Amino acid sequence: MAIKSDKAQIIPGVSRYSRSQRYSKRGLYLIKKKAAETKKEAAPKSAPPARAAHAANKDLVESLTYSKSRFYPADTVSKPKANHKAVRPTKLRSSIKPGSVLILLAGRFRGKRVVFLKQLESGLLLVTGPYRVNGVPLRRVNQAYTIATSTQIDISGVKIDSSINDSYFAHEKEEKLKGTEEEFFGEGAKKREAPANKVAIQKEVDNQLIPIIAAQPLMKSYLKSSFSLTKGQAPHLMKF
Amino acid sequence: MDLRSSTITIIYHYVTAKRLVQVGRVVVLNHGSNTGRIAVIVDILDHNRALIDGPTTGVHRQIISFSHVTLTDIVMNKLPRTIGTTALKRAIKAQHIDEAWNKTAWAQKLAVRNIRGGLSDFDRFKVMRLKKQQRVIVQAQINTLKKSSA
Repeated sequence: MAIKSDKAQIIPGVSRYSRSQRYSKRGLYLIKKKAAETKKEAAPKSAPPARAAHAANKDLVESLTYSKSRFYPADTVSKPKANHKAVRPTKLRSSIKPGSVLILLAGRFRGKRVVFLKQLESGLLLVTGPYRVNGVPLRRVNQAYTIATSTQIDISGVKIDSSINDSYFAHEKEEKLKGTEEEFFGEGAKKREAPANKVAIQKEVDNQLIPIIAAQPLMKSYLKSSFSLTKGQAPHLMKF
Repeated sequence: MDLRSSTITIIYHYVTAKRLVQVGRVVVLNHGSNTGRIAVIVDILDHNRALIDGPTTGVHRQIISFSHVTLTDIVMNKLPRTIGTTALKRAIKAQHIDEAWNKTAWAQKLAVRNIRGGLSDFDRFKVMRLKKQQRVIVQAQINTLKKSSA
């Protein structure tokens, strides 16, 4: 029998009461006694008014046939713990603000310096090189894989297309010529082209960002250059 | 043991040493949170430790091991042993000790290192670019001088 009551368990699977305590609480000894008496007298009549016995008298048949359930299972079924965790939105690192220059640390654009535009609903960061400056398109990155620099670009006037959300970055499924020879040798494979709407959106973002970047001396070539550590540099001791 | 006589013996044995541990000697701290700051030896406790004080640099009066300081060439004039903090501050100002320290190449090097350490990523990039430009100019000058002398 699984112990159902929450109160009866300290933690799932561990009873609050000892075996003898449970025994006295359940009051089954009364039933046993009763059952024994009924066997003797064969006439169960006025039951003792005890509280435990009252419950026991509910079902006479059960009390009579109690001996069947005299055994308790060796292994109690453990109750799964209640999960109190809630899914909260990813907190943006305090050092990252819209317009911050970030250094990417992973992926195919690692080492590139990019401009942070906004945080998406999934918690990922929307960044861009801009594409025309250093070849990094509009892209989602995890903030854990970036170094936030203190360099800022004023992007308060930049309008980001509302269609850029997490679903914007979903991959489009393409039909595959599975298992054929042509597929294996890549014959007749179409060259994937960037979708026209995405190209247009990228251009729109670039056109807004580039004048801002060009206004700051050396900023464009800074974004163009990639980050690397040199001899004697320890990133945890450096300021960005 | 009389301290004065022990100082004399040290001088006798290590007459070649240029910087001596002595009351009034300016030291640079090279350990802990006060690294890079200067202080003055106010008293010598034993052959390992001294009492130092740096009222103008924010170094509290403290006993410090000689392994945690570096002696400088600067020595204060006529400083009595175990001078108090306020009197020491007055003396440092009167003798322009801080200015003398800041003038040294050592202090300037430390200052530059501090500035360089605090640079941002973009600043480091700018420094790299400026150094490149400097190199081009200097190299061009060297080449013209070489040509004219040849």
